[in-house]
Amino acid sequence: MHPLLLSSFGAFTALSQANHFSLLTSHFSPSALIAAFDFSVFLRPSPESALNNLCYLLVGLGWSLLLALVSWVVAFVIGSIVGVMRTLPGRILPFIGACYVELFRNVPLLVQLFIWFFVVPDITPVLGDWFKQQVPPIWQEFIAGTACLGLFTGARIAEQVRAGIGSLGAGQLGAGLALGLSRGQVYLLVLLPVAYRILIPTLTSEFLNLIKNTAVASTIGYLELAQRSASMAETTSRVYEAFAAGTLLYAVLNLLVMVLARALERFTALPGFLGGRR
Amino acid sequence: MSFDWSSITGALPILWQGMIVTLQITLVGVLVGVLLGTLLALFRLSPSRLLSGFSAAYVTVFRSIPLVMVLFWFHLVLIPLVVGLLFPGRRLELRFITALTAFSLFEASYYAEIIRAGILSVTKGQFSAGLALGMNRRQVMRLVILPQALRRMVPLLLTQAIILFQDSTLVYVINLDDFFRKAYNIGNTVGTLNELILFAGAVYLVICTLASGCVRQLHRRLTVLPVK
Repeated sequence: MHPLLLSSFGAFTALSQANHFSLLTSHFSPSALIAAFDFSVFLRPSPESALNNLCYLLVGLGWSLLLALVSWVVAFVIGSIVGVMRTLPGRILPFIGACYVELFRNVPLLVQLFIWFFVVPDITPVLGDWFKQQVPPIWQEFIAGTACLGLFTGARIAEQVRAGIGSLGAGQLGAGLALGLSRGQVYLLVLLPVAYRILIPTLTSEFLNLIKNTAVASTIGYLELAQRSASMAETTSRVYEAFAAGTLLYAVLNLLVMVLARALERFTALPGFLGGRR
Repeated sequence: MSFDWSSITGALPILWQGMIVTLQITLVGVLVGVLLGTLLALFRLSPSRLLSGFSAAYVTVFRSIPLVMVLFWFHLVLIPLVVGLLFPGRRLELRFITALTAFSLFEASYYAEIIRAGILSVTKGQFSAGLALGMNRRQVMRLVILPQALRRMVPLLLTQAIILFQDSTLVYVINLDDFFRKAYNIGNTVGTLNELILFAGAVYLVICTLASGCVRQLHRRLTVLPVK
């Protein structure tokens, strides 16, 4: 078993037991709780980072965001390819695309993550050994997380891309082909540019889901925001402050992404299409 | 590199115990989630600004934080707090209760959105027609809108149930022994972790593929007569 994983489980169990015990033995009142809220804990030095606890959490937010962004690139490429495959004529390619989507949608994310982290390095002949021996733990977790979240989110994006292309109707494809463009050109120059614009709102919510799903990587010891909130709660015994801060950071990130997506939508809007000026 | 599947047969009874926990969480999550979700959706659509504000805030909060974080909250903060107030000085085994509560309340926010969309999909004319017939708002909701809306939502509600079934694996972070956690633990002790992870994955894959196939079939059957 992974050493980091062991320590993090130990920490959780110890934390939950200690916490239940202290909460159950002392008499609790909500007003005392609010009065006891201590914000200075964020400025105290963190035992696990060179800086204070606030920085410790912010770095966790950074790791969450980095994992989300890199996974998004993987997911976007795979989702586009598989989504297009499902709209092509013929039997084989659409079938492969459908199998991909079914496979990755019907296995829980946590199980997929464990497969990427534990199983795949074990059964990959040469690369697996290099991965287990040479790659530092944090990057092992990052790579496994990226593979998992990228392929998982890719399956979801594929469905969106397929629906987006489907919503354009056969007329655009036919018009493109009639103008002498090849099928590849029609997709690249006509269908996809419009489909992506239509899909910006749904893709935004996929990205928000992806950010939330990065928290699952805490189970393999990836020190992202959720894991760092739990670990700060443990080291400082300030459970409420730690989780309130973690939650708030997720909410702020959510809000930021939504504002940026709204701006992107306005920036890329085409006249005559949904959201564009006529 | 090579696999040894022999430990799985012996592990089946223990895995079945875990599967029961998983199914209980799913079932309670769906039932309570739909119930609370319906309430939240009605709040959201009610003319009272207080109720609709509360519902909007509830849904936004639960939908903007990761499920792992929600489980941490309930496991380490909320459930101990409530139990500490109700039964001071007692130590209880709370992880199962924690999982049930967390999933019910979390799923309620997702069901609320599905149900709200379903209610809004029934045309406004029906609402006015109900009022014109002399029913009050509550009667129109109960006798005209909800029966149609619920029927239309069934496929989506079931799809969400499949998602919940998959997401219930995340009780891993609060050390509750559901199906996957049991598989993981057995694999860890016996030394066949890879096999058990793959086996668990295959079980989820089969169940979820069959279930989503059934939902698709049902969807086709329910949409034979478009109600407008």
